[in-house]
Amino acid sequence: MSVAAIAFYCFALTTVAGGLFTVVSRNPVHSVLWLILSFLSSAGLFVLLGAEFIAMLLMIVYVGAVAVLFLFVVMMLDIDFAELKAEMAKYMPLALLIGVIIILQLAMAYGSWAYSDGFETRLAAPQGDMQNTAALGLLVYDKYLMLFQLAGLILLVAMIGAIVLTLRHRQNIKRQDVLAQLYRDPAKAMELKDIKPGQGL
Amino acid sequence: MIGIEHYLTVAAALFVIGIFGLFLNRKNIIILLMSIELILLSVNINFVAFSSFLNDLVGQVFTLFVLTVAAAEAAIGLAILVCFFRNRGTIDVEDVNVMKG
Repeated sequence: MSVAAIAFYCFALTTVAGGLFTVVSRNPVHSVLWLILSFLSSAGLFVLLGAEFIAMLLMIVYVGAVAVLFLFVVMMLDIDFAELKAEMAKYMPLALLIGVIIILQLAMAYGSWAYSDGFETRLAAPQGDMQNTAALGLLVYDKYLMLFQLAGLILLVAMIGAIVLTLRHRQNIKRQDVLAQLYRDPAKAMELKDIKPGQGL
Repeated sequence: MIGIEHYLTVAAALFVIGIFGLFLNRKNIIILLMSIELILLSVNINFVAFSSFLNDLVGQVFTLFVLTVAAAEAAIGLAILVCFFRNRGTIDVEDVNVMKG
């Protein structure tokens, strides 16, 4: 077995195991950590496939942002997870049944898989001898520029949406009022009094 | 030699685990969102595997956009979750019936 094959089996095993433990884990923090393991090892799979850029993106975007976001929410919210997990056994048979059905369907679909003749000639963007990132950049910034801009727009909308949803202006708390600070006149704000000893004001 | 079938098998296993998780954790929205992330990851593995073995880069471009949309989806989903928890004090999916829909 070559080194690439061993690496593939290691990464594949950890990907699947991470996914499985994400789903069945009792503690949501452990779930997020297993999810991170799954993402990291699938990034390894992507490197084995020669898609280095996607692999790095997966690490930066998923492990660096999305998983941390999940972790943040799990830890910030005071949720009684034991109550939510109590009925897990009730749903197990249905979940197993549906899982087996989908496995059978996928096996049937992949079992009858065949490429048509001459599919190489119909490839949209053959990868030349360029680096993966350079080739992707040529495609994304040229042929798929519109989609790239739309992806940016989606992210902008998501960012604004998330802020609007979670921003909360609580009453009855002191907060900074920038305009009041700026318009404050130092001459009127303070008055010096000369108080003689032994006398009140 | 590792062929495309191996990668498709991993992706299929991950996909089934994702669906399994959707049904197993019906009450916990956080785990539901994580299961959706797993499903999207399996789709990405499929895309990249085909892209690599067919020598066609468009699969990886599409993966890029799937990643973008998945990140946006996770952010919005968690924002809604935080909002819901603030109002109701629980994240039980079965309590989400305010609109009586």
